[in-house]
Amino acid sequence: MAGCKPQVVPVAAGKKIKVSIDPITRIEGHLKAEVEIKDGVVVDARIHGGMYRGFEQILIGRDPRDATQITQRICGVCPTAHATASALALDDAFKVKLTPNGRIARNLILGANFLQSHILHFYHLAALDYVNGPDVAPFVPRYAKNDVRVSKDINDVAVGQYLEALEIRKILHEMVALLGGKMPHVQGIVVGGTTEIPTREALNAYAERFKKVKKFIMEKYVPIVYLLAGPYGDLLKTGGGYQNCVAWGVFPMDDAGNTLHKRGVFTEGKDYPVDTDLIKEYVKYSYFEDSTTGLNPAQGRTIPNPYKKAAYSFIKAPRYNEKPHQAGPLARMWVTNPELSKTGQEKLGIKRMRDMGDAAFSILGRHVARAEETAMVANAVEQWLSEAKPGKETFIPAEIPDSSEGLGLTEAPRGALLHYIDIKDKKIANYQVTSATIWNANPMDDMGQRGPMEQALIGVPVPDTANPVNVGRLIRSFDP
Amino acid sequence: MKKNEMLPYGQQTKTGVSRRTFLKTVTGTIAGIGVSQMFNPALVSALEKALETHPVLWVQGQGCSGCSVSLLNNVDPSIADILLKVISLQYHPTVMAAEGETALENLYRVAEKYKGKFSLVVEGAIPMAANGKYCNFGELNNKEITMVDVVKDLGVKAGSVLAVGTCAAYGGIPAAAGSETGATGVMNFFQTYGIKTPVVNIPGCPSHPDWIVGSIVHLLTKGLPELDSDGRPTIFFGNNIHDNCPNLKDYDAGVMAGKLSDAKGCRMDLGCKGPDTYADCYKRKWNSGLNWCVDNSVCIGCVEPGFPDASSPFYEPA
Repeated sequence: MAGCKPQVVPVAAGKKIKVSIDPITRIEGHLKAEVEIKDGVVVDARIHGGMYRGFEQILIGRDPRDATQITQRICGVCPTAHATASALALDDAFKVKLTPNGRIARNLILGANFLQSHILHFYHLAALDYVNGPDVAPFVPRYAKNDVRVSKDINDVAVGQYLEALEIRKILHEMVALLGGKMPHVQGIVVGGTTEIPTREALNAYAERFKKVKKFIMEKYVPIVYLLAGPYGDLLKTGGGYQNCVAWGVFPMDDAGNTLHKRGVFTEGKDYPVDTDLIKEYVKYSYFEDSTTGLNPAQGRTIPNPYKKAAYSFIKAPRYNEKPHQAGPLARMWVTNPELSKTGQEKLGIKRMRDMGDAAFSILGRHVARAEETAMVANAVEQWLSEAKPGKETFIPAEIPDSSEGLGLTEAPRGALLHYIDIKDKKIANYQVTSATIWNANPMDDMGQRGPMEQALIGVPVPDTANPVNVGRLIRSFDP
Repeated sequence: MKKNEMLPYGQQTKTGVSRRTFLKTVTGTIAGIGVSQMFNPALVSALEKALETHPVLWVQGQGCSGCSVSLLNNVDPSIADILLKVISLQYHPTVMAAEGETALENLYRVAEKYKGKFSLVVEGAIPMAANGKYCNFGELNNKEITMVDVVKDLGVKAGSVLAVGTCAAYGGIPAAAGSETGATGVMNFFQTYGIKTPVVNIPGCPSHPDWIVGSIVHLLTKGLPELDSDGRPTIFFGNNIHDNCPNLKDYDAGVMAGKLSDAKGCRMDLGCKGPDTYADCYKRKWNSGLNWCVDNSVCIGCVEPGFPDASSPFYEPA
């Protein structure tokens, strides 16, 4: 059954009900959720990735420099992250070291889009799970019983912020464009740095816009996320899944490569340094040839087979040290464990991210981590602005190597992002991308372990199978 | 709006605004002009009527949502006004509240109710290989339907189709060499299935918000805009980038940029595809008119039917 019609379905105790939600909307891309409900909670879940384009196949044989442009088109919400990962892989393969101004300009481009993406995600993708929009399309139709619990006053405030956030995210794209050329899909991030040396005027224009953005983040976005914890407090107690995190680190703060967000892995309660050799991608339940299962991205191959019987997703199942790990703001903030914003410290009565404990691994916990990260990146933007040097070189030209390999590790707003390039005869011989949503929304692996989003669905309450509101809430908390 | 005022494809014939005035405001004469000038009171009232009878259904295939995100960057009218006052957006996967079968039932219900009148916006390519399996669209009546099914079903019923972005117009990156999915654009898809609904291509990777809003408004108020041989509105895609480039005088004087971060000089030696590209980026620019690809780096010809293969390698002269 589809499960989305507003009729009441009587459910006998102990009986399993299958609910399928297809499409999951207000995400980037095509996902379907299939869950089994027993006694009002999810007992089994499958996430289907429903679309394949073939970027890794399309890149083979091309000029390596084209990768920063082509891979951006993987995601129109976070193209700057793919540009960054690709440029890092190429920097590595071309053996080029950035100028300080090139590093800072990349941070300013990527940073503005981080803020844009998080604000877009909370207000324009996720918020309609918690508040009602106006009673016109595209805000209707919606679930007949959508479990919106806020007062009319708070709802009005939230809708006002939804509209204001449209303007704020547009301003953030202007900031990206000032240094990156245009957005979505920037021209400015290339191997060797960035293409446009910032002028005093461009930096001033960026800074002037940023003031308005920061005020919005600190005075509206962060507080309203904590405000939701009142009426939706139970959503801090569900949707955790595996408490395993991968975070590659992002925003180099110095020329030694120390990043704002730490690089690290958290597996079954322990912290580990990252060893990319421990990443393997499994495809038993993915629409790819079985012969390609269990490969490290550096040996990775992508051969689609849309007719494969056992498969249910176009997403591969990456595992770190054979275990499923989640990626995203929560994973990053957990690994980095920074001090929370003043608002966060007051509301939660704690100091650092990890002080949240298990509550961080929850539907609402992911929104808290994302909002806190937005505040943290906003503070860093101020620092980069003060360090950027008008008129100083941002680009180091470099020759395409005859043959070389490169690895780019960074973070997209929605999580850990890896690009791998193998260059032979000055052309791309292999290119592999392991993106954030691949980490989160993947299917079962060859060992029978569910993907992180699937596992996080287990135990999520769905008291009314005709209105399975919490399934969408859980999925969107990952920002797929 | 009476029925006899509809053309066979549902485009209105009367708006109270002369075509000449309209075209003047859309094309503009100064650099960076937006579509705001189109929103004079007469046009707004025409649009409010269109709102009731001409809903917009926006579907996504093999894309990245970049064109949807680009649309959010519209300056004037603001995207909030577009959503609430200009367009009755009855289906859009990235913004609508509904999900699952509720969303799909609404999509098919609106398409049936406004048959011959609604505008279908397609974002992303349509993968025709493997029975459409490379892009699942959703579940209707407990059955999975694909992007191929949806564009077939709704394409026939639509009054007009806007293929937004290079993927929907010509296949774009999903159709580039190496692809196995049979990705294609709307016009080619319609030809394959003998669907006669008129299509307006609004390419770009992504498409510019002014191009999208301007074309939708043109359809709702004046009917089909004039199209070039690649199906693109000539008001936005009629002129060559290189011939109108602010760096043309440098080119004529032989002043060529030598590396990507050089601020001065023609960018052709760095791979700029402006000479092969037709779009008004040189005057409209991007993100509230703040910057554009050629000022920042090079043009990669993203509005052209051959993109990306025809303009790749991007950083080598053509």
